Amino acid sequence: MRKPDKHTIACILFAAGAAAVGLMTDDAYYLQVLIFIGINTLLALSLNLLMGYAGQISLGHAAFYGIGAYTTAVLSATYGFSPWLALPAAIVMAMAVAYIVGRPTLRLTGYYLGMGTLGFGMIVSIVFREWHSVTGGASGFVGIPPLEIAGFAFDTDRSYYFLVWAVVLFFFLLSRRIIDSRVGRALRAIHDGEHAASAMGIDTARMKLHIFILSATMASLAGFLYAHQVYFISPETFGFMASIKIVTMVVIGGMASIWGSLFGATLLTILPEWLHAFADYEMMVYGLILMLVMIFLPQGLTRGIIDLYESSRKKHDQ
Amino acid sequence: MQEFLQYFFSGMTNGAIYGVIALGFSMLYRSTDLINFSHGEFVMIGALTMVTLTMGFRIPVLPAIIMTTICVAFLGLLFERLAIRTVRRPEPIVLIIITVGASIFLRGTAMLIWGKDAYAMPSFTPHPPIDIAGARLLMQSIWIITISVLIAGSLHFFYKKTLAGKAMHACAINKQAAWLVGIPFKVMILLAFGISTGMGGVAGTIIAPITMPAYDMGTMLGLKGFCAAMLGGLGSLWGSVLGGFLLGILEALGVGFISSGLKDAMAFLLLLLVLYFRPGGIISAVSVKRF
Repeated sequence: MRKPDKHTIACILFAAGAAAVGLMTDDAYYLQVLIFIGINTLLALSLNLLMGYAGQISLGHAAFYGIGAYTTAVLSATYGFSPWLALPAAIVMAMAVAYIVGRPTLRLTGYYLGMGTLGFGMIVSIVFREWHSVTGGASGFVGIPPLEIAGFAFDTDRSYYFLVWAVVLFFFLLSRRIIDSRVGRALRAIHDGEHAASAMGIDTARMKLHIFILSATMASLAGFLYAHQVYFISPETFGFMASIKIVTMVVIGGMASIWGSLFGATLLTILPEWLHAFADYEMMVYGLILMLVMIFLPQGLTRGIIDLYESSRKKHDQ
Repeated sequence: MQEFLQYFFSGMTNGAIYGVIALGFSMLYRSTDLINFSHGEFVMIGALTMVTLTMGFRIPVLPAIIMTTICVAFLGLLFERLAIRTVRRPEPIVLIIITVGASIFLRGTAMLIWGKDAYAMPSFTPHPPIDIAGARLLMQSIWIITISVLIAGSLHFFYKKTLAGKAMHACAINKQAAWLVGIPFKVMILLAFGISTGMGGVAGTIIAPITMPAYDMGTMLGLKGFCAAMLGGLGSLWGSVLGGFLLGILEALGVGFISSGLKDAMAFLLLLLVLYFRPGGIISAVSVKRF
């Protein structure tokens, strides 16, 4: 048998840790926060594949998150389908939208790609807000049913915690497989230089489209999990600021790093919870932290702290 | 016809404001290659400062506009000096997040200063609306359009006729070459920030009487101004003004004749169309390199 690599061991340790945390935490509030960390990790990971590895900026990723949430909400609450039928529908929907939008948009690069995805994200969130008859408009969508499998309902925080983190773990493993495969190397080549990559025989347009679709699928799955956790969704959750927040998770956690996504998502989920203590100062402090981290540690906190540590040790040695 | 004219007037009014905001984006992009996502917040601060000065301190309109512009431009200078210049790795994605962080910070600060309520402010001059073929044209609209065209004109004059303007233009073309001939490009970048945010401030002052200024008005205005700039051609002066008017008018007609739900979507639909078919903007003769 092949010796398990470092990442597999890390994943096993992580799974054990997550399970232990899930079994030991009794407080409903903490479980809720942990569930949101899981959902945000999935979002951050989805964008990290696109942005960190393939180097394609998306400022409208919350649109796919919203498509996942609204598709399952409409199908399961309005039409009474089982959520497990709504799940493939949500995924197919996100894939189809990603395909249609991705084809023309991914031709753009740099700032222009950012703007194109921003425009797309805004349009989707406006559709959520204005299409009253289907989405419930600005006041939101109520009455999403809990998930249920063979008589077992995921309606307690603990059971949902395990569901969410199992999904996250699955995508950790999947992402690692993709990154270490031929596709992953192709993506990193695109990141470093698109022309060089295509000169090496990589079909860059197709590759970018594929990773965009995969990323959209993961975000839509996160939306599905979100909708069946909170039972109520409203358009603001999937607006411009949400997209920016996902980008921030990726950048602060560290681009092109799977564990960075976990770290960034954890930090940005907990930070607002801490900042509630600041009451009216919350927004100000949040903006300030964002600016300071980007000014002084542009590679993200994980990389930045390691760099700081190494440079201080070097000074020490001299 | 009357209905059309009415929408046209309101479109022109909004368009003039989008145009001024777009100018702020464009001129900053031209001199620094930077897109300032917090630009809309400077417009918001301009509007709220204007309300405080005219309503709170009873300062007459013209001096209040000038004072507001100076205040907002000064804030812009501070922003450049404290945040943008200290960035260690000025890559697009890093700069985008910093300006978004600044926008959240400014919104939070404005909420602390002015609270969450919207303010009301009377028109600059208490003249009744003018009746043109059955459509009403507000006096404030005339003020807005006049001031916007004046701003665009003086910016044109600045670039073409003054030494500082020509130096800034040189920086826009090639920073290193400009440095070689002795242009202090750091000062130019600072100046560009001041002018850009100052223009945002002016946009805020003229819009204050026709919207209800509140701490959260900036983001949407900024994004739409940005769409207008892209529409006309990012970096082009008259293109931005034209893009602003075009966006304003199409938005008003869309709302009037199709659906009110289109109001906010129009800007982004146009943005996508421009990006896909003519990324250099509608008036650029050549298609620009997409980076």
